[in-house]
Amino acid sequence: MKNIFSSKWGIIATGAIIGILAVTLQKMGNPANMGICVACFERDIAGALGLHRADVVQYIRPEIGGFVLGSFAIALIKKEYQPRAGSSTILRFFLGVFAMIGALVFLGCPWRALLRLSGGDWNAIVGLAGLIAGIAVGVMFLKNGFSLGRSYKQKMSSGWVFPAVMAALMIMVAIGFRVSETGPLFYSVKGPGSQRAPFIISIAAGLFIGAIAQRSRFCTMGSLRDIIIAKDFHLASGVVTLLVFATVFNFIYGQFKPGFDGQPVAHTVHLWNFLGMALSGLAFALAGGCPGRQLILSGEGDSDAAVFVVGMIVGAGISHNFLLASSPAGPGAFGPAAVIIGFVFCLIVGFTMREKVS
Amino acid sequence: MADKIDARGLSCPQPVVLTQKAIKDGKTEFQVMVDSEVSKENVIRCIEKNKFTASVSVEGDTFTISVSK
Repeated sequence: MKNIFSSKWGIIATGAIIGILAVTLQKMGNPANMGICVACFERDIAGALGLHRADVVQYIRPEIGGFVLGSFAIALIKKEYQPRAGSSTILRFFLGVFAMIGALVFLGCPWRALLRLSGGDWNAIVGLAGLIAGIAVGVMFLKNGFSLGRSYKQKMSSGWVFPAVMAALMIMVAIGFRVSETGPLFYSVKGPGSQRAPFIISIAAGLFIGAIAQRSRFCTMGSLRDIIIAKDFHLASGVVTLLVFATVFNFIYGQFKPGFDGQPVAHTVHLWNFLGMALSGLAFALAGGCPGRQLILSGEGDSDAAVFVVGMIVGAGISHNFLLASSPAGPGAFGPAAVIIGFVFCLIVGFTMREKVS
Repeated sequence: MADKIDARGLSCPQPVVLTQKAIKDGKTEFQVMVDSEVSKENVIRCIEKNKFTASVSVEGDTFTISVSK
């Protein structure tokens, strides 16, 4: 049977649904202009596990588990579940680490950049410009034979590990698990981490988005990459639709507040908004997917994508522990230095990981 | 480049980049091997965009996409 979600209207429908659900989740309690930010929510998960102790951003976000498990379930049903691994694992891990460091300098992943823009946060335009610049550099490498190498088929169980871990986390947060009164899991009582839609709604939205994103191959980084590489606007039509519907629903909910200053969980230091997202864009392009897409691939059995996700979660821990993450006041003390180190790392990977182009 | 491109196990968008390169090199008849549904869809979309025709055969985990003008 033909996959209707991979058609033009399929990707457009997916973008519309993600856009509407994201701002609706904000209406129901999720942090403003964050909706379903993958980087932010993985950062909250890192905090809940105690990998960092920034007490305002700690919560096992059900949306993240939902994306992975929704993708896992639909991939099994549609016989697209395919355990695979072995493509430059350690490089993917650190691409994930630096992607997160860049994202937390900007304060958001590409999904959130779109959601911030849809809520009137003009700083997001600077971030998106950075994202395009980073992806353009990645495309240059791709056109010159960049490759992280092949992945190979694995036994069934290797692809189950990551969905199983996510399922365990979902159960733990559902029952409010803690090892002691003061120990993990941590649950923010103030700040963005304390702002959350009801568990059942969050996980349901996550599962649904995970499933349709798996079917449609929705990817924000890919949408820009495909335009630059091949003038292919297929994925972009979904991304633009996300932006349009999120904006419309922000107006309906009265959540649209235009401006640069005083935006929720955002800063106005343009240089680092641009460079933070540029670093992320480059890392996503080299790794082959935006953070949302990496979660979906993890659900399909792609262990290399799962390693990238784990890298992002560890990267969030590093970002907050080493004062790299930005705050509404601006970049953290060592954020700019870490972004430069990230660029050096990505450029070395880009220049050295090449297949001979004949 | 050989007339058979083995793009199995390569992550996005390398199968498409290799296909594009073959077209740019003036190849009018070649085969692309991929091993995921996603890569298959992407390669076919790229081929049809370039006004070539594609036919797919499946063998085990491998999709072989035969491209012709």
